[in-house]
Amino acid sequence: MGKPNDLVQGTLDLLILKTLRLEAMHAWAIGKRIQQISGEVLQVQQGSLYPALHRLEQQGWIKAKWAESETGRQAKFYALTAAGRKQLEAETANWNRLSAAIDLIVGEAS
Amino acid sequence: MRWWDRCIMAFRSLFGRANAGARLNDELSSHLEHQIAQNVAAGMNAEEARYAALRSFGNPALLREQARTTWSWGWLESFAHDLRYSLRTLRRTPGFTAMAIVVMALGIGANVALFTVVRGVLLKPLPYMDPRQLFTLYEADSHHKGGHKFLPTDFGSFSLWQSAIRDRAEMAAVSPWQDYNVSAEGGRLPEKIDVAWCTWNFFNVVGVQPALGRSFAEYDDRQDASATVMLTNSFWMRRYSGDAAIVGKTIWLDAKPYTVIGILPATFVFSSSFGGNTLQAWTPVRHEAPPWLITTFEDHEFLVIARLLHGTTLPMLLDRLDALQKQIRRTHGGPSVHDGAVGHSMLDDAVETYKTPLYALLAATGCVLLIACMNVASLLVARAAARSKDLAIRAALGGGRLRLMRERLIESVLLSGGGGALGLMMAWGALQWLIHARGDMHRVEAIQMDGMVAAFTVGLVALCALFSGLIAALSSTGGQVLTVLQESSRAHSGGTSRAGLRRSLLVLEVGLTVVLLVGAGLLLKSYQRLRSNNIGVPTENVLTMRVGLPAVSYKQPAQQVAFFEKVIARVRAIPGVVGAGLVSTAPGEGWNGDSTMIVVEHPPLPVTEMSDIQLRGADPGYFAAIQLPLLRGRIFTADERLERAHVVVLSQSAVHALFPNDEPIGKHIKSPDENTAYEVIGVVGDTRWEVAEPPMATLYGPIYGNNYNWATIVVRSAKNVEALALPVQKIVGELDPDLPVFDVTTLEQAIGKSTMDSEFDSLLVLAFAVIALLLAAAGLYGVLTYLVTQRTNEIGIRLALGAPRENVLRLMLTDGLRPALVGLVLGLAASVGVVRAIRSMLYATQALDPAVFAGVAATLLFVAALACLVPAWRASRLNPMRALRTE
Repeated sequence: MGKPNDLVQGTLDLLILKTLRLEAMHAWAIGKRIQQISGEVLQVQQGSLYPALHRLEQQGWIKAKWAESETGRQAKFYALTAAGRKQLEAETANWNRLSAAIDLIVGEAS
Repeated sequence: MRWWDRCIMAFRSLFGRANAGARLNDELSSHLEHQIAQNVAAGMNAEEARYAALRSFGNPALLREQARTTWSWGWLESFAHDLRYSLRTLRRTPGFTAMAIVVMALGIGANVALFTVVRGVLLKPLPYMDPRQLFTLYEADSHHKGGHKFLPTDFGSFSLWQSAIRDRAEMAAVSPWQDYNVSAEGGRLPEKIDVAWCTWNFFNVVGVQPALGRSFAEYDDRQDASATVMLTNSFWMRRYSGDAAIVGKTIWLDAKPYTVIGILPATFVFSSSFGGNTLQAWTPVRHEAPPWLITTFEDHEFLVIARLLHGTTLPMLLDRLDALQKQIRRTHGGPSVHDGAVGHSMLDDAVETYKTPLYALLAATGCVLLIACMNVASLLVARAAARSKDLAIRAALGGGRLRLMRERLIESVLLSGGGGALGLMMAWGALQWLIHARGDMHRVEAIQMDGMVAAFTVGLVALCALFSGLIAALSSTGGQVLTVLQESSRAHSGGTSRAGLRRSLLVLEVGLTVVLLVGAGLLLKSYQRLRSNNIGVPTENVLTMRVGLPAVSYKQPAQQVAFFEKVIARVRAIPGVVGAGLVSTAPGEGWNGDSTMIVVEHPPLPVTEMSDIQLRGADPGYFAAIQLPLLRGRIFTADERLERAHVVVLSQSAVHALFPNDEPIGKHIKSPDENTAYEVIGVVGDTRWEVAEPPMATLYGPIYGNNYNWATIVVRSAKNVEALALPVQKIVGELDPDLPVFDVTTLEQAIGKSTMDSEFDSLLVLAFAVIALLLAAAGLYGVLTYLVTQRTNEIGIRLALGAPRENVLRLMLTDGLRPALVGLVLGLAASVGVVRAIRSMLYATQALDPAVFAGVAATLLFVAALACLVPAWRASRLNPMRALRTE
């Protein structure tokens, strides 16, 4: 991923929200999880991850708490807020609509 | 809920910034540790793992910055950063900072003070109901000599106006120049107070409700009514300590009982071109004035206040009144019946005389502020030039142009803000002084600093900051990063272009200064002309004070004369008194009364050619005491009094007016309306009744008789005449303890008071002009010093090649003087236009006075040469070797 553009940024937000849906995680784990689940396709750079996390926190969609991580270190755990859940639903719906539309076009062309 | 979370978030990120920054660092390092741990788990050794983690992590500083920018208040953070930076740079040059702030403070302070005055006096509406509908009406007369356009009205005309215009306007009449003696009571001293007579409806017309008690009603305003009075708030507070029980009680005015029926509110002040802010009480006119004054068309003692009903305009009203007044003139004849009606808004009536001077002063302060801004801009440009390399490097490293410009602007905002704060304090001090020193100014009570003034100050600060900041910012971001970086110490292209900007600023500064100097010069000359006017008698060591005898206790003329004779005899006996006399009004202390006079022995003249003569009463000793020379004939004797008082002494110009071709002594003169003729027995020198007015024809009759129930006691001594005031007052008090002595003043003080306006305006404008001159000189000095530093190398080369030092001196001098010369020419040209606006403020001085213009040019050139000489001389004394080595 190069310099984050609007589409990527929006998508990254969606990915982070989705990742946090089940449990609170710290930033490093979020990056790792996205990488794993996408089958190593999506590599989230720290340069995009931290600004995105802080932006989401500012928006009130996720909240952060310091807790002990699985390795015994203090880490900042992010969790979804109620507003974040709603936002996730909205963005998921939006994404589905968008990707279906793109599918239609791309699928027809092939 | 969301907005609430957001607020908390914003609040936290605003106030928990340092904490959040530390947390961010923790978070990033914890991330790094996770990565290291993973790398170790993947089989790297500790050091390898660390480096690999760092590599994949990227630039932590950049990452931190990027995360931070997503927080709210990012703009505030960078602003605070710039602010800190600017404060630091300003603190590093305390001399420059202090200078710039003081310069700005002078400009802003003067403007704020003047704006407060202009707003309070000229712009604020009068404290009445719907004041825009209120107008003051006067009579006009096509035959009137002396050019006074607005003449007070007679009550006869007023009554006709009032009934004829009932459908268009409500009208009331006011006579604001009455006075009463308040008797001593309950331990309070007797005093003389200024009182206005008014028709009962006056307070309804202006829409003022009494704070206590009631207003006048129609039944108070009749000759057979019982005497009533309304007190102004200040008088009530001062004399009766705000005691509400005074309403309904009786006080004694001129030894007669008056019932206090009401107290006026503190906000109520009567303002007119004939004063009014010294009024202490109001009485109903038809009860107070003698019956003949209510019906006459020939004695003009009243101002007419009209509230126009909606739908009526002033021209409409004046058209009808003018026609009516012409008809009155036709019906009633008489030499002093006027034949026209004029008027203007009540606010204009109160402050018309202050308009030109105040706006002129405001313009002067505006010029000072502009000059101050240009000086600060010029200083900022010089700083920017000195830092051009630093700035170019920052630009080359990616410093945003806007960010650099913002820094300049913040710097100038700081300077202007500091100047504004200091200026506000200065303005406050200046206003306190002004209100104290100019208590005589109409509506001075309306001057106060309020929200509007605060807003004006903020606006002014912003304007100054923008003006000086933008000039500096635009000149510093030339966009020629490379040129500046490549510019070696021997190339000066960048430097000179900036000096060019400063030079044009200087031309403007000098031009404005010249305009101010010309204005100050003209006003000063006019003031000097005014002060050098000879009022006709020596003014040193002359004390005057007045007494008025109430008609109730001094019913008979013989009683009045007896009192006067006793007083003056005892005053003459005081040790230290060189001469003492009685006169109705002393020279330079105002109008007395006037009347047209005709010579009995001459053939009758048409009304328009009769001479208007000022009437004064004097005792036989007055002329010697005041040292008014007797030119011909004799002064009246001590026994020409009461019924034998039909003799007069004429002034020189009265002789010219009445007896152009023949001998006055032994002839008789009389007023056309009366039968008593007065024999002319002597001729004395001319005096001025007001220092700014030409001497007026005057006649003196014996004050012992001729119905004078007031007098001015004139005392001359060899030295220290003020010390005699108390003994004289004591003598009056011993003769009649109920009699107040008032208007105690020396002749010089009285004249000073009447020239105060002129003195005040000229000194203030002079002060502003001097400030402007100093600023312009500082500007010249600064620019030339800068140029010399820039050209040190070049001068070194010239000197090394053998240029005579005088040549270098001349070169630098012409360089510095050129903007001064251009500015001088522009300024003189602008002055020619500007002085027309202040022509009405000048006394006996031409607006295009060549001496003033020449003086200003000489002063400016002298100061400019002085300012340029120092750096130019320094340049010519440079050591060539050292100059060449300067990098």
